[in-house]
Amino acid sequence: MVDRKAALDINEEKYDFKIPAKAFYKSAMGLTRETVKDISRHKKEPKWMHDARLRAYDIFLRKPMPTWGGDLGGMDFDAYTYYIKPTEKREESWDEVPKDIRDTFEKLGIPEAERKFLAGVGAQFESEMVYHSIHEELAKKGVIFLDTDSGLKEYPDIFRKYFMSLVPPEDNKFAALNTACWSGGSFIYIPKGVQLDIPLQAYFRINSENMGQFERTIIIADEGAKLHYIEGCTAPRYSTKSLHTGVIEIFALKNAQVRYSTIQNWAHNIYNLVTQRAAAYEGATMEWVDGNMGSKLTMKYPSIYLMGEGAKGNVLSIAFAAEGQHQDAGAKIIHNAPNTTSTITSKSISRGNGRSTYRGLLKVSKGAVGAKASVKCDALMLNEESRSDTYPTMEIGEDNVSIAHEATVGKISDDQLFYLMSRGLSEADATAMIVQGFIAPFAKEFPMEYAIELNRLIELEMEGSVG
Amino acid sequence: MKELALDIRDLHASIEEKPILKGVSLAVPKGEIHVIMGPNGSGKSTLANTLMGHPSYEVTSGKALLFGEDLLEMKVHERARKGLFLAYQYPVEVPGVAFSRFLWSAHEAVTGGKNDGAKKNPGKVLEFRKRMNTSLESLKMSPEFGKRHLNVGASGGEKKRLEICQMQMLSPRVVIMDEIDSGLDIDSTKVVAKSIGAMRSPDFTALIITHYPRILEHLEADRIHVIANGRILCSRGPELAKQLEKKGYDWILKEYDADGR
Repeated sequence: MVDRKAALDINEEKYDFKIPAKAFYKSAMGLTRETVKDISRHKKEPKWMHDARLRAYDIFLRKPMPTWGGDLGGMDFDAYTYYIKPTEKREESWDEVPKDIRDTFEKLGIPEAERKFLAGVGAQFESEMVYHSIHEELAKKGVIFLDTDSGLKEYPDIFRKYFMSLVPPEDNKFAALNTACWSGGSFIYIPKGVQLDIPLQAYFRINSENMGQFERTIIIADEGAKLHYIEGCTAPRYSTKSLHTGVIEIFALKNAQVRYSTIQNWAHNIYNLVTQRAAAYEGATMEWVDGNMGSKLTMKYPSIYLMGEGAKGNVLSIAFAAEGQHQDAGAKIIHNAPNTTSTITSKSISRGNGRSTYRGLLKVSKGAVGAKASVKCDALMLNEESRSDTYPTMEIGEDNVSIAHEATVGKISDDQLFYLMSRGLSEADATAMIVQGFIAPFAKEFPMEYAIELNRLIELEMEGSVG
Repeated sequence: MKELALDIRDLHASIEEKPILKGVSLAVPKGEIHVIMGPNGSGKSTLANTLMGHPSYEVTSGKALLFGEDLLEMKVHERARKGLFLAYQYPVEVPGVAFSRFLWSAHEAVTGGKNDGAKKNPGKVLEFRKRMNTSLESLKMSPEFGKRHLNVGASGGEKKRLEICQMQMLSPRVVIMDEIDSGLDIDSTKVVAKSIGAMRSPDFTALIITHYPRILEHLEADRIHVIANGRILCSRGPELAKQLEKKGYDWILKEYDADGR
């Protein structure tokens, strides 16, 4: 019998290094009203933001823990540090970033990627963006690419108009928590008609133990603008559990095109509870490309509200659940306007006792005539103990629509494995090849360099795990 | 006596505890092309899959040696790396994996190469690609097949030709062909048969499993074995194929008092 213990946790080791904890400022452990005030005071925020944080904190306290998804029993809100400011200020040149932090990002390959194929980079370390930079010619065209705190300071009117307008703190307990404690993230505005051909990237790094990271990202693509934004996340491994709770709000105005790609590769002890939501207006296209490889538990369902006629929404997600991991991921698409179209493609892989869950909502509101939607979920299980569940919800309130739904659950077949092995590939290489083939539709949506890295990581992990 | 490429002795194998091979003995000397023929259900495909090491088939007793080495002790990929190649009756589809990428990995695995990408080793990859395109062309296939996903959406005939392309590229020492001619039209059969014939050399050994003698019109075989009910019934010269083509299997089963299954 073929031994199917082939692993795939995407090479956590590469990211498993840390630097000695030094902080310019650090809040006391645990979360109280005082902590929230303290964060706001420290950031010298306007009163409205101070008040918004406190209101969100109250909502956070009131809302019960969600019980419908993954197991949150291991979380202890008193055991996190909610705000760590690593450096005095955000820099626009890597030379100005303190050496140990700069070295961290060098090891992660960020400055190199920036030089080679990115239009701009933001690098967040603990609670703050320590580096943020954009190509000069884009800045000249009026593109704003800032850390979110600077966005609040420098563009208060735009900020206030959009902040919390898609994800209010009432939305869910973790959106409330983020609103109370948010720090860092990206603030992006692409002016009318400006099209970025190469991506912007933000990289999120947690270095400390028992850290809570709460970035807040706001992206506004004005009429006819085009943007591809990539985020990456990693952290070293600790024995204790950290928390990452981001909120992302995206506005694709008339005929704009926005793609937001995530490669989430958190250490396997991090709770990753993120709210991502976008609104696409008339003729706009919004795409989430969502890769969840790391974390202990991820609960994340990127959403798109199709708000104007002819708007398009696509979600392409892949989840990889290795030993001890639960990826509870999916997508939500709400058709609120006529002739809107959407696709959801979800691929999940589970191995060991890993568990992957697809949880999705497809809603067509009354009046959204001519809406077209398709949902496709494929799950691949690598061995007997792995688990995969699918919870697709559909609420169709209009008759004149076209909806397709397809779901498959499969195992790596003995025949496929045998075929590849009979051509000389080891079991690990054969398994990696089948898995790479399974995720190929996902990998090809990334810039070449990322796709190659993704495949290489899968191969590396396979090598180490088969005896 | 010539060195034996394949030496199978009293091989018994079961699938789901049902015995299929009931004592197969067969010797194929190096450099020869042998053919195994037999009625449906006689154990032909089981023999091919057992020799390659398919996990569904359990060897209950007997021996199988590849150039004197114990084949049954080897893992599947080790058998391939020792030079054994099985061309399948039903090649498996692997979505998302380009044929050329798969074949390059397989080539590197069987030749002990490093499986570097085009960036690290452009010369070697380029040369490989050229060879692959030449091979596809000789099989009357478009080089486009290199980019397509492995066997996905290919017709039965195209899949068989892709098996032959793999055989040519991986330069195996011993090839087993499991009903490579089934489901092929006359032209395809001819292309496939000729490309096997073209491999003939003192270092190339083949065991061709077939139900129909037609492929032998274009391919010269050294020896024909008839398999029935999980055993080799008889082994004769190439003239046997002609007789089987004319008269079918019944007469020879009767001659040996076998029931075929």
